[in-house]
Amino acid sequence: MTRYLLLAALAVAAVAAPFFVYPILLMTILCFMVFASSFNLLLGYAGLLCFGHAMFFGTGAYIGGWLMKEGGLSIELAFAATTLAMAALGWVVGLISARRGGIQFAMITLAISQFVYFLLLRAPFTHGEDGLQRIPRSDLFGVIDVSSNLSLYYLILAISVAAIWFFYRIVHSPFGEVLRAIRDNEGRVESLGFVPERFKIVALTLSAGLAGLAGAMKASVYQIATLHDLSFHVSGTIIFMALLGGLGTMAGPMVGAALIVMLNDHLAQFGEWALIIQGVVFLAVILFFRRGLVGELQAFVRRRAARSAA
Amino acid sequence: MFDHISMQLLLGQLLIGLINGSFYAMLSLGLAIIFGLIHVVNFAHGAQYMLGAFVALLLLNHLGIPYWGALFIAPVVVGAFGLLMEQTILKPLRHLDHLYSLLATFAAVLIIEGLMRLEFGSTGLPYASPLPGGVNLGFMFLPYYRGWVVVFSLAVCIATWLLIEKTKLGAYLRAANERPEIVESFGINVPRMMSLTYAFGVGLAGLGGVLAAPIYQVSPSMGSNLMIVIFAVVVIGGMGSILGAILTGYLIGIVEGLTKVFYPEASNLAIFVIMIVALILRPNGLFSSPESSR
Amino acid sequence: MTEPLLTVQNLEAWYGESKALHGMDFTVQPGELVTLIGRNGAGKSTTLRSIMGIVGKRTGSIRFDGQELIGKRTYQIARTGIAYCPEERAIFASLNVAENLTLPPVLKAGGIADSELLRQFPNLQRRLKSQGTKLSGGEQQMLAIARILRTGARFLLLDEPSEGLAPVVVKEIGEQIKRLKAQGFTILLVEQNLSFARKVADRHVVVENGKVVDTLTNSALEADMARVKTYLGV
Repeated sequence: MTRYLLLAALAVAAVAAPFFVYPILLMTILCFMVFASSFNLLLGYAGLLCFGHAMFFGTGAYIGGWLMKEGGLSIELAFAATTLAMAALGWVVGLISARRGGIQFAMITLAISQFVYFLLLRAPFTHGEDGLQRIPRSDLFGVIDVSSNLSLYYLILAISVAAIWFFYRIVHSPFGEVLRAIRDNEGRVESLGFVPERFKIVALTLSAGLAGLAGAMKASVYQIATLHDLSFHVSGTIIFMALLGGLGTMAGPMVGAALIVMLNDHLAQFGEWALIIQGVVFLAVILFFRRGLVGELQAFVRRRAARSAA
Repeated sequence: MFDHISMQLLLGQLLIGLINGSFYAMLSLGLAIIFGLIHVVNFAHGAQYMLGAFVALLLLNHLGIPYWGALFIAPVVVGAFGLLMEQTILKPLRHLDHLYSLLATFAAVLIIEGLMRLEFGSTGLPYASPLPGGVNLGFMFLPYYRGWVVVFSLAVCIATWLLIEKTKLGAYLRAANERPEIVESFGINVPRMMSLTYAFGVGLAGLGGVLAAPIYQVSPSMGSNLMIVIFAVVVIGGMGSILGAILTGYLIGIVEGLTKVFYPEASNLAIFVIMIVALILRPNGLFSSPESSR
Repeated sequence: MTEPLLTVQNLEAWYGESKALHGMDFTVQPGELVTLIGRNGAGKSTTLRSIMGIVGKRTGSIRFDGQELIGKRTYQIARTGIAYCPEERAIFASLNVAENLTLPPVLKAGGIADSELLRQFPNLQRRLKSQGTKLSGGEQQMLAIARILRTGARFLLLDEPSEGLAPVVVKEIGEQIKRLKAQGFTILLVEQNLSFARKVADRHVVVENGKVVDTLTNSALEADMARVKTYLGV
């Protein structure tokens, strides 16, 4: 019951928010929530650390932007096509990397993301260091104008909710159960007759699609796609967001994403110190609060419940 | 026909490739040693290499200690810094998933590089070559210092390899790599050995930084881009394989140099293409036997 | 009765969350050869590992030669004069036979010199340059026992040295163990093979569900074979 009340309150807040907060900031938060959830699917639920996750986000921004600017696609088609394209990239990356577990998976995905970075640096349609600029906010279904921040906000909100609902369904499906089992004990899953590699590849495909969608949304929000979106820096930030919020919890990485986006908004003026502070907080989370904010909160609630029951 | 110019270009790029390869080999060697014994993927390796270069620069500018002194002092200083890192942030994570130690060293990079940029700015600082001039070999001009780097790093790699393969200390390391608890049951202080191994690997990174200072500009970000290449090298060579790391390092440097001659646009990509091909053809690494991979 | 060399009291041990020992109590006298017998999973190997400090967590008391071992690190325990030969022998694949043999450092006076070790274990002499894991099972077992004799430890923990070996090799291992006892080593042996155990041991400690349920001298074992067999479930 409280859960539905909470969701209802959230829904009201989300609808009312752009009248109180700058919509661009809200849309950035939504994009990173989807992006962080896609990362969470891999590390939180499948135990796979994708150290170059920005490759899907950044490439997604380019492809989505290009499809709207040069391809003349309507916004929803551009988003859908980007999602499919990045899912395909995720599938290829999975084929290459899923055979190696744990730590090597991290190193390989990082190297592949660097490869994609250099590839896009060379590709003519990305316009190199300048980035893809003046991306239009194409009409929804070719007829509904979403070029204002407010109307775009509601579109992004709707798509983000759908994406997060999709993520929720994946995690709570039998497929999600197998992923968690692989995370906890890969050998056991293998002995039950599953091929963990295949599940990992599918997880990476789904996750990459979501991350690509997040990137395309961001391109429509800022109307620009740059190499920075697929830089290693962004890959690091998304790890930080997920860990800070709490890996393997539904809400954690989204909370982390919202916090970091807002924090960066404030810390931008501090320049170099912003990164240093981020590093210190990151380290503190790893050393002392590995469950993250939401994870610690859940543990606290559980402890209290256990105590009052006893 | 190969005319004179293209031959010169070829040999020149080959030399640059060999020099880059020297750094790849030294750094991936340190990374492989650390991973082999304590299963930490030391993401801070590039930052520690950068610290080595800065220590050399500061020794020269503030204490007047020349390059040859820095060659000994900087690795010790950086190694000691590594020991401090190990004791404070890696030791508490020793019994957890290795992903946490990777992320901890990653967070350390954010802090170290940020602080260095704050103090020294992002522009590269020059470090005068301790061996100016060079020799004309007829077909090409070889700067003395570059020749020294190739010879010295090769010597360091061979010495480290011998230390691990042929000495008693190396036998302890190899055995502890397989079964640390059994080696400890023989009365050997394995936890301390692990800490010192980390410090040694970090010291190697620092030594690489000193070697690099006169060739590349000394800057806070000089290690980060290198780091990803080093990761690729270690993946290609096979995780934790010492010899694999050394050979792959040189190989990658040379291939990269050759790509610059024949297809300059792809020189940045060559390493990663090799990695992907190697992953498809030899999933366990070029130089590792199937059973040694984990 | 003399002061025991090893006194284990109320020893409990855990692997992660699961408890493996539930209060072990037994002693070993100097120069004695004691076996731990019991079914698979009773906690025999865990007892040896607990003495050596190679378990997640342990409580209770393990007194050896006047020192408390609980709270000591594994390498510190080794330095009090205990040597451990694990069940899976742990011969290192990346080391050759000579390196495997000389890996354990000399910690105290009283260890057996390398030349003497090779005389006692002549098979190893010919294979010194071979990779450790290329040896036969019996040779690996000999190597695993031989290498812990050089440290100077006088108390040996041997975990199922007869396991998986041909009868003729088991017999040879038995001879070696008897010789070690004659040389004055105190030995705590984990054994499933009852006929092997009764040939070498002075006393048998029966372990069930992480506890000591009975202690028998070797002669009592002979006399009451039926009861022992119900313990072992054979």
